[in-house]
Amino acid sequence: MTGRRVVITGVGVLAPGGIGVKNFWSLLSEGRTSTREITFFDPSAFRSRVAAEADFDPWEHGLGPQEIRRMDRAAQFAVVAAREAMADSGVELSEIEPHRAGVTVGSAVGATMGLDREYRVVSDGGRLDLVDHRYAVPHLYDYFVPSSFAAEVAWAAGTEGPATVISTGCTSGLDSVGYAAELIRDGSADVVIAGATDAPISPITVACFDAIKATTPRNDDPAHASRPFDRTRNGFVLGEGAAMFVLEELGAARRRGAHLYAEIAGYASRCNAFHMTGLRPDGREMAEAIRAALDEARTDPEDVDYINAHGSGTKQNDRHETAAFKRSLGEHARRTPVSSIKSMVGHSLGAIGSIEIAASVLAMENNVVPPTANLHEPDPECDLDYVPLTARDWRTDTVLTVGSGFGGFQSAMVLARPERNPA
Amino acid sequence: MTSRAVVTGIGVVSPNGFGAEDYWAATCGGKSGIDRVTRFDPSRYPARLAGEVSGFSAQDHLPSRLIPQTDRMTQLALVGADHALADAGVSTGDLPEFGMGVVTASSCGGFEFGQGELRNLWSKGGQYVSAYQSFAWFYAVNTGQISIRHGMRGPSGVLVSDQAGGLDAIAQARRLIRKGSDLILSGGVDASICPWGWVAQLAGGRLSTSEQPDRAYLPFDTDAAGHVPGEGGALLIIEGAEAARRRGVTRVYGEIGGYGATFDPRPGSGREPALRKAIEIALDDAELSPEEIDVVFADAAAIPELDRVEAMAITEVFGCRGVPVTAPKTMTGRLGSGAAPLDVATALLAMRSGLIPPTTNVTLAPEYDIDLVTTLPRRTPVHAAVVLARGQGGFNSAVVLRSIDWNGPKEGNEHGIR
Amino acid sequence: MASGEFTIEDLRRILHEAAGESDGADVDVGTMDTEFIDLGYESLALLETGGRIEREFGITLDDSTLFESPTPRALIEAVNARLTVREPS
Repeated sequence: MTGRRVVITGVGVLAPGGIGVKNFWSLLSEGRTSTREITFFDPSAFRSRVAAEADFDPWEHGLGPQEIRRMDRAAQFAVVAAREAMADSGVELSEIEPHRAGVTVGSAVGATMGLDREYRVVSDGGRLDLVDHRYAVPHLYDYFVPSSFAAEVAWAAGTEGPATVISTGCTSGLDSVGYAAELIRDGSADVVIAGATDAPISPITVACFDAIKATTPRNDDPAHASRPFDRTRNGFVLGEGAAMFVLEELGAARRRGAHLYAEIAGYASRCNAFHMTGLRPDGREMAEAIRAALDEARTDPEDVDYINAHGSGTKQNDRHETAAFKRSLGEHARRTPVSSIKSMVGHSLGAIGSIEIAASVLAMENNVVPPTANLHEPDPECDLDYVPLTARDWRTDTVLTVGSGFGGFQSAMVLARPERNPA
Repeated sequence: MTSRAVVTGIGVVSPNGFGAEDYWAATCGGKSGIDRVTRFDPSRYPARLAGEVSGFSAQDHLPSRLIPQTDRMTQLALVGADHALADAGVSTGDLPEFGMGVVTASSCGGFEFGQGELRNLWSKGGQYVSAYQSFAWFYAVNTGQISIRHGMRGPSGVLVSDQAGGLDAIAQARRLIRKGSDLILSGGVDASICPWGWVAQLAGGRLSTSEQPDRAYLPFDTDAAGHVPGEGGALLIIEGAEAARRRGVTRVYGEIGGYGATFDPRPGSGREPALRKAIEIALDDAELSPEEIDVVFADAAAIPELDRVEAMAITEVFGCRGVPVTAPKTMTGRLGSGAAPLDVATALLAMRSGLIPPTTNVTLAPEYDIDLVTTLPRRTPVHAAVVLARGQGGFNSAVVLRSIDWNGPKEGNEHGIR
Repeated sequence: MASGEFTIEDLRRILHEAAGESDGADVDVGTMDTEFIDLGYESLALLETGGRIEREFGITLDDSTLFESPTPRALIEAVNARLTVREPS
């Protein structure tokens, strides 16, 4: 099945400060931020007390009492975003063979909120080593193995093709969509509902990032705490959310007159095989992933109009990826706008790669590049055009979006207008 | 231009055998690794048996620096990876770093490590949570740690589809080989025999409450009443045939010939379960007819309803008693994402030996029209095998393995396939 | 709670608990001025070690302390400086 091309025909987003595509794009294009002091629990004992939380009411988004009861928050996000994407795409799954439609959901940390909460119950607040099964909720197994997220989306969509969760840390959201595109290319499926979700804002996650000082301690100014590429940045801001897409084979999508947001023209992933949390400053493996993705997309570095950066706001990341862009795109890196939406919606771990694909697709749709908020004093070692503070009108036909994650994963995806490469 | 994906190395860490040869001897000899849980006191729980990798001490196999930062499942996986690489004769330093990757499956991550840190958090406070928690428990940790230990920098991945994920990972390894990677280390190792993992699995409602190791896990038996969980799994070295030739490989276990994955219709839809479809897709993908398959390694849930679905799918595809069926996992318990990779390893060893290992302890229920290999191994040539795996929620995966005449008359030509 | 002074024995013990034993030279009087990275301990190992020192000795180390104390001698001095602040007597 060579020669099959894959397009995005539907988008659904659930991000802090922007539930639904429309609200999400308003937030980004206006350069507003959604980071705030944590409200989900009392954060006073923690080093970093800031997060980008979504004001999400599952009832409002059509989930029933049973669904709300059994699903972890991250699963709820995925189902709501998937429904938006399917409605947006207009794809009629009932018209194709059920086993030709698949689901892939990325998630770095699975049902962390549910696990943290239920652990407290069965351990009597951490007192019991031999935790008590009599207090366990029946759906605890679904928290234990987060493939339940893919099952929930498949049930919601009515698909019977390949279903899985991709969990490659903070590149999960890119890798999930990359995996889904491959399923369509190699003929395993014709339609895939793909994307990623995470809802990690719970005490255990906050504590584990405190322990490695990865999150920002800028607690006195939560709204401006996420400062990628700025000289004063000192760690990322934890976020949550989901983005899901409808991916289809290009020919079939054209035949049914679907709106084509973008073609997934190239995707690649590499490992740095260096350190579980550390990055080498030279950006070598990310550069290699970018080169491979461009190669698969048959796109020259000069054709990249916009780079949606990982831009987590840690010193080591911002320098690492700046080096990777220069290494892979050469001089063109200096002429290309680069921005990090994590400045506005925080870092939702496994979900963010998909949320950033959504941002990239919307940048193409609107020919507007979202800004890097809170960037007032660029780090002298980060010397590219990071689109500070204000969105920019910019002809955007081809986007490079990248991610970098614990475990050493480095991923890159090239999104292009399908019109540019007529079938 | 696509390359055939061949298996050149096997690493096994199983409750009934440490290392592939030890495991194979145990499995053919009907030796079980199931016994009362020793990793914690199971008295207070309704299920008390497990397949533990007993006598494993990470200190004997791994650098001291790795021990504090790894869950038991990662320690077992690192050792399994070492075994697989040694078995394949791979020296990773001699191969192109971006040509080698790691794709593992996980089901629940490093749950025991996670329990320890949750306990620290809630009993003592946030500042007692380990700096390693941010990755030691998460699903991607085995792929990350293996890639670091061996300098494998190519395309990699992690799949979570409960027990079906072990086959999904191997299929993804094949996909990466076809896209041009030379070598992918793939499979799965899980271990969550800790109180918190136990409670989560009890909540799943599928654990056997029997206290008799030889009566607790009885798939396809009239007394089937749930399964025994276990720990461990297998890791495989999967290479492109040309890359393996270039490396001078002289022994190949077999080829990953086909794969199919489906998801069951949503509960209450009245539609047929999708396992049969997964088998058909995998056979089509391998371009083999059902008659060409010599053995099926069953998922073997030991839940009557699920056994019925599986027996029916096998019967529909292969005919009544049309193919030998086996489930040696009655000797190990169900290993989460490690189960199916171990079955793949077992199938490849069965090809090598011409011996199908048995489904121990089981008396086939009369309602199932399958040719279940029970009690003793069956001697018969095995050229092609199907491995099935299912995950809770409705995940179905099937992999087809095929023998390969690597050193036969068509030496140097990768089309020397039987 | 440990005694008033943070010694090289304390550092070695906590380092081993936190991050295991390195393949290279161990922390002792002969390697007081060897950088941790050359002793086989990278940032993550030091963060875990720092957390354990904080808990055991009841002090708080500044974020910068661990990274500005690249050798055993510098870290021991930094910890003892905090201990002195905590216990003016």
